Amino acid sequence: MTRKIDDTTRYERLRERYMNGGLDRRSFLGLLGAAGTAYGLVTPYRALAQSVSQVRFDGWGGVVSEALRANAFDPFTAKTGIEVVDGTFGGGDEYLSRVKASQPGEYNIAHLSGVFDYARYHGLGLTTKLNEERIPNLQFVIPKLVDVFRNVTDGSLSCVPYDYGTTGLAYNRKYISDEEMQEKGAKILIDEAHKGKIGGWSDWRTRMWYASLQTGQDPNGVTDEEACWDAVRQHRDLALKYWGSGAELMSLLAEEEIHVTEGWSGRIYALQEQGHDIGYMDPPNGFGWQECMFVIKGSPLEACEELLNFMLDPATSIAVAEGQSYPPALDPQKVDLGDKIPTLPAFDPTGTLDGLTFADPDYWNGHEAAWSKTFGRVQKGY
Amino acid sequence: MSVEAREARQPWILLAPAISAVTLLLLVPLIFIVVYSFWLRTATGADQVGFYLDNWREALTDRFYRDILFSTLRIAAITTIVCALMGYPAAYFIARSRGNKVLLLLLLMLPFWISYIIRTMSWINILGVSGALNTLLMSVGIITEPLNMLYNETTVILGLVHFLLPFMVLNVFVSLDGIDTNLEDAANSLGATKWQSFIQVTLPLSLPGLAAGGLLCFVLGAGTYITPLVLGGPRDAMFANLVFEAIITQLNWPLGSALSLMLLVVLGALVMIYNRYLGMAQLMKGLG
Repeated sequence: MTRKIDDTTRYERLRERYMNGGLDRRSFLGLLGAAGTAYGLVTPYRALAQSVSQVRFDGWGGVVSEALRANAFDPFTAKTGIEVVDGTFGGGDEYLSRVKASQPGEYNIAHLSGVFDYARYHGLGLTTKLNEERIPNLQFVIPKLVDVFRNVTDGSLSCVPYDYGTTGLAYNRKYISDEEMQEKGAKILIDEAHKGKIGGWSDWRTRMWYASLQTGQDPNGVTDEEACWDAVRQHRDLALKYWGSGAELMSLLAEEEIHVTEGWSGRIYALQEQGHDIGYMDPPNGFGWQECMFVIKGSPLEACEELLNFMLDPATSIAVAEGQSYPPALDPQKVDLGDKIPTLPAFDPTGTLDGLTFADPDYWNGHEAAWSKTFGRVQKGY
Repeated sequence: MSVEAREARQPWILLAPAISAVTLLLLVPLIFIVVYSFWLRTATGADQVGFYLDNWREALTDRFYRDILFSTLRIAAITTIVCALMGYPAAYFIARSRGNKVLLLLLLMLPFWISYIIRTMSWINILGVSGALNTLLMSVGIITEPLNMLYNETTVILGLVHFLLPFMVLNVFVSLDGIDTNLEDAANSLGATKWQSFIQVTLPLSLPGLAAGGLLCFVLGAGTYITPLVLGGPRDAMFANLVFEAIITQLNWPLGSALSLMLLVVLGALVMIYNRYLGMAQLMKGLG
């Protein structure tokens, strides 16, 4: 039986031959140069020719990555021999920039948030067409979650829905009571009484969504834009810090640097599980989102589809969901989700998700260029 | 091949790896950035190839970018002055110490072994609400409620000083170490006090090192984006943060390219002025 060796082993063997005098210096350097040239020439076409011994996955890091690694990736590698290399990002915009700068096949699967991100990737020609017959576990997913993606890509799918959650209000009960939260709702983020103890995500969508709620407008159809920007400015002047990642959100709340912020439901649940007395509330029209496992154009499709099917297997999906504290995309009417998942924030036992308000991708992507730029200025005092 | 021809070729052979690296890793990407700056971002985030002056017009005429650029230069200048004030005595102490110079230099280099981001984040554990300083002040009864010390311009400058101080100390040290101590002795023997000999002999001779350290601190400080991101509040952005936002958040690579070139030109001009009056030799000594 022949054993496949990696490039490092090849180099070490070559070097050993050179050191032992079995290869002259000119040949040794020539071979190294040839290897370098070959790598440079082949890299752009790697995805087309790769033997698929590994798939790259990028996600949100922290407890989410840990849950995926322990419950999905390691068991998948043990079963198939395909290694899953996982990287992290702080937000969808940052990741899109990386993908834009990459070669086809360099990035394979991403844990994207919101249909608007999926639509942006589609707009940039980064979607592919999955063979759904190779993902039979897709049948267990809430139909509504699948349909919204199909609408973007003309009936086909470049992703599978995986989980959902909300960006609600998180508050430290030592300083803010449940009653105060109920009374003030989203407006607590622009309440002078908490000046210097307010936080917020440095994401323009979240800022505008909450500004819409604070000004009594529909987050998917603002009519008075300037009022929203004024609310964003008000929040900026009262905030101590804009956080940029889930880890920073958890740290700011746990260290009591801030007393109230909007936060991701799963991360806040994780804080509660760690024993912190942090309350969580979804205000009316709170920000609901669904996450998907998106396969980027140029990726090894069969391996990616195999991984997605494995991840959607109810046993895997439930274990990941329990680990990351976000409800899975599995339909509770079709799959028994166990005891813990019904206790997670944002969980919908009906599987219709009618209680959650999602971002309208056309509306938000239509404003993306202008609003992300304006937020950059407002954030800095303008 | 003649000996002369071989000797004429040798410097180029030796320089070839460095020239290749500079060309491939600096010059070529820079050309890409220049080309990008004339393209446009479309509504979907894709780039529109062409020759458009829109990004340059925006970067040069919009007050927003000018204000942030001035604010960045101001923060870099304050940081440089603080580094000079703190770094000079430290460098003087090391240069004039007997026996333990190597150990002191090693201690100075020690922070470089730890990631810059980790060093920056360490201030959160020192100055945070439940950080070391607040805990200490509360435990000795000086304060009853924790002070909000983080996430403002002062902490950004503090983080930058923490990062840049060793560069200043090293440059001043190299300069001081090269001064013949007999000159000070001669000044003293001619009736000058220690302070006078320092002011009239040592300080002027060490100014090139101070200037080199100042230039390094200023340029590195003005180009940073991690420190304001980690230690700054909502308003404490520097110019590099604008480049980051344009490229990463807004996916506007053309505008980001124009902005990064703008910063490069400003800092490049500063380096040129320094080179015109003081030369780069001192800087090379300090970096070496």
